[in-house]
Amino acid sequence: MKFLTTNFVKCAVKACDASDASFPLKYDECELELQEHEYNQEFLISMVDRLDWNALVRVAADLGNTALPVTKPENLVENEQMLKDLHSLLLETQITNGKMTCKNCGHIYYIKDSIANFLLPPHLAN
Amino acid sequence: MSRPEQIAPPEIFYNDDESQKYTTSTRVQHIQAQMTFRALELLNLEPNKTHFLLDVGCGSGLSGEILTEENQIWVGMDIAPSMLATALDREVDGDLFLSDMGTGVPFRAGTFDAAISISAIQWLCNADSTLNEPKARLARFFNTLYAALKRGGKFVGQFYPANENQIIQITGAAKVAGFQCGVVVDDPESKKKKKHYLVLQAGYNERPL
Ligand SMILES: [Zn+2]
Repeated sequence: MKFLTTNFVKCAVKACDASDASFPLKYDECELELQEHEYNQEFLISMVDRLDWNALVRVAADLGNTALPVTKPENLVENEQMLKDLHSLLLETQITNGKMTCKNCGHIYYIKDSIANFLLPPHLAN
Repeated sequence: MSRPEQIAPPEIFYNDDESQKYTTSTRVQHIQAQMTFRALELLNLEPNKTHFLLDVGCGSGLSGEILTEENQIWVGMDIAPSMLATALDREVDGDLFLSDMGTGVPFRAGTFDAAISISAIQWLCNADSTLNEPKARLARFFNTLYAALKRGGKFVGQFYPANENQIIQITGAAKVAGFQCGVVVDDPESKKKKKHYLVLQAGYNERPL
């Protein structure tokens, strides 16, 4: 799973829909892998526009990266180094294994062999 | 031939054997590719631009590979683990989620530019246990899909309705969720080639459907 996706995926449990705590999930015991990905500045900027920056900083910290600025950088187009760093973080960093915990209901979702398992047990599925 | 959704739920029906057979059949590949291109045509995305897309019922990544060729970035969800394992073996570029669309699309508001689905959403109409009430599953799917799309975001889903009533059930649930909704029928005269596409839009979009 691309790091990018951590900024969008949230708990699947219906009872957590209305809770701010169901996003972002808390990431633990993650194994990361770098996979080269074609650089596409226009796409990157369109994604940065819709990033929840606080969530990005929190999840990056979960994964041991505390180098991100605390607020979303402005004038990104002129900041090539920042764009390259974000490209590498968002699109090239893959979580191949790990745990994601909902901070509202406590349900744990696992990433195994790069596949994120969001199947819910029957008691949480409706 | 029996319809797969009448034999067993998808995660049971598409076991390792069926996933392999399905994915390597050139006939299946050809039809899936055609339907994916048609779905993209109906989406009418801005040309020469990379979008963030969701593929609902992505299976082994046959549609996803086309999205990648078309320079799109995608996330795929499917309920059949063996289909996703096949996708992984084929080194698809999209992120893979083992997930039941009937329990919702687990992404925050405004995540995706658009979404597609090939040969999947008719499964929502099947009740295979008391927990799987179609009405609730359809509502959950369309409500969360609506939220996960950015405003004006579109969804095109090719599906195989078992009967007229399923079309009414599906479009009804989509409308209740807030979508503008239509069904495009290609080759309506041909029993074999006839294809249904559910076409949805979540609010105003300056690019028409
Ligand atoms: Zn939760």
